[in-house]
Amino acid sequence: MFASIVRRLIQALFVIVAMTIIVFIGVNVIGNPVDILINPDANQAERARLIAHLGLDKPLWDQYFVFVTGVLHGNFGNSFVYSRPALDVILERLPATIELAVSALVIAIVIGIPLGMYAGLRPRSPISRLIMTGSIFGFSLPTFWVGLMFILIFAVQLGWLPSNGRGQTAELFGVQWSFLTLDGLRHLLLPALNLALFKTSLVLRLTRAGVQEILPQEYIKFARAKGLREGRIVRVHVLKNLLIPVVTVIGVEFGSLIAFSVVTESIFAWPGVGKLIIDSIQMLDRPIVVAYLMMMVVLFVCLNFIVDVLYTLLDPRVRIGAEG
Amino acid sequence: MNPNLAESTDGAIVEPQPEAPAEEGRHLWRSFFASPGAVVGLALLVMIVLAAVFAPQIAPQNPYDLNQISIMDGRLPPGGESMMGTHFLLGTDGQGRGIFSGILFGLRTSLLVGVLSALAAASIGTLIGLFAAYVGGRTENFLMRLVDLQLSFPTILMALMMLAALGNGVTNVIIALIIAEWATYARTVRGTALVEREKEYIEAARCLKLPTWRILFFHLLPNCLAPVIVISTMQVARAISLEATLSFLGLGASVTQPSLGMLISNGYQYLLSGLYWISFFPGIALLLTIVSINLVGDRLRDILNPRNV
Repeated sequence: MFASIVRRLIQALFVIVAMTIIVFIGVNVIGNPVDILINPDANQAERARLIAHLGLDKPLWDQYFVFVTGVLHGNFGNSFVYSRPALDVILERLPATIELAVSALVIAIVIGIPLGMYAGLRPRSPISRLIMTGSIFGFSLPTFWVGLMFILIFAVQLGWLPSNGRGQTAELFGVQWSFLTLDGLRHLLLPALNLALFKTSLVLRLTRAGVQEILPQEYIKFARAKGLREGRIVRVHVLKNLLIPVVTVIGVEFGSLIAFSVVTESIFAWPGVGKLIIDSIQMLDRPIVVAYLMMMVVLFVCLNFIVDVLYTLLDPRVRIGAEG
Repeated sequence: MNPNLAESTDGAIVEPQPEAPAEEGRHLWRSFFASPGAVVGLALLVMIVLAAVFAPQIAPQNPYDLNQISIMDGRLPPGGESMMGTHFLLGTDGQGRGIFSGILFGLRTSLLVGVLSALAAASIGTLIGLFAAYVGGRTENFLMRLVDLQLSFPTILMALMMLAALGNGVTNVIIALIIAEWATYARTVRGTALVEREKEYIEAARCLKLPTWRILFFHLLPNCLAPVIVISTMQVARAISLEATLSFLGLGASVTQPSLGMLISNGYQYLLSGLYWISFFPGIALLLTIVSINLVGDRLRDILNPRNV
């Protein structure tokens, strides 16, 4: 079993190395950032100086080598736009994104699990049908359009909630957070709801499927036969068994929340990494784009590695399958 | 399936045919029409496709012909009239382009991107899945690892990665969508093919010493298509939605060939001043397209009931 974990680890490292090459080469094919950064009146000598300054005159493999050496030291190069280390710019913006993603996850759980349980326990009630139809919309409505409609309804027409920025923030552990102030919370609500929409539907459907799988089990029948009250059966016997698969999926989905925050952050002008990456792609700010993509690759490889290892530890069938 | 096949084999040996599904086909149609939701979805979808195909004939103006638009007509509300007396059913955008006409032309780009990328991803994914299932061994392992890896990244991240490398434009969006989506097909087709491979008609074909390509494409492939059709329908909707998202983020279609996402994005700046119609109506069009495709796809899945979806 130790061997299979080591093998997965080697595979994960291999994936990361392969992705550095793909990302680096890919991003180096796009247009020349010099054209954007330089003053249009600049002469040939100034141009050459800027190219040399950015290291763009070296051959591609040399640039890659410099890049990999830098990455290993946590240095992705200076952002062309901000003239500061790319990683610093990203890390500075990361708390805003994590705050948004965690809030969305909390909303998805708080709404998704109870509604999913209701729909699973009373599959024939009209309310359950309504919930399930609603979840189909949650799946198929494009997130960005729902976000726009949120702004239109709650910010423009009703004027209840602000539509952009983080609002007032307060400091905790040396980082600024929105959820600590009332104004910040008001700013957080719409983007978090928007980002949570898709995941809420997912959690809801998972929960419902889980409930329907658990209800016919022997231990539920036995609990009923013992004369336990329905509330206790649902809380203890159904909910506890339900949480294992749901929590696993939620863990895996956290990464994709961070990826999808790109859309929500752009709509609500939320100053996180998602907004940063879109701006950077448009400005051809290569170091930021590369650093962001590498960060996401590492995040996903790590998440998958953890899930793989947990499965191997928890489920003997996977273990045997991997060795056979 | 293909009547030419039996004739083309030499002499008395007749190639074993997978069961001909002519009777079954009629049955499928009937059960498709048994669901009201699916019928509504299909009717809507047919209307949308016709509207897109005949956009130049239906649209009251060509929104990208500079002779037909006037900036003086900009930001007219739905039902507004221009100085020339043109009636704008759904209002106009900042440049005086009619929203209704814009939607009709935008649908063309959106549908084109959705259908092309889903078809291409389906072809590539299906080929790889079939191949993997048939050859087995290390190649299969390697390909399936690749599929796992690809599926572990969210599509939007894959698409962003590709667009960061390729740059904007409709073609690049299609390429990005293909690269982001082929793996789903490969996994499903391999799963189905592994089951089908063990069945007797394949064994019979092998006994006849038919060439591998022939077994793959004429025997194995037709029997793996049901799940591919189902996923493809859903995938067209997903691709349209993803393209709209990318266009909204400014990474998708070009200004000369705007999609629905681009139209919505154009209205974003006017939204805060209450000019809702510029974003709202293209959004409704996008929504109807996606929902109608999903309604049809959902029914198809129920009927064909493939294992791996």
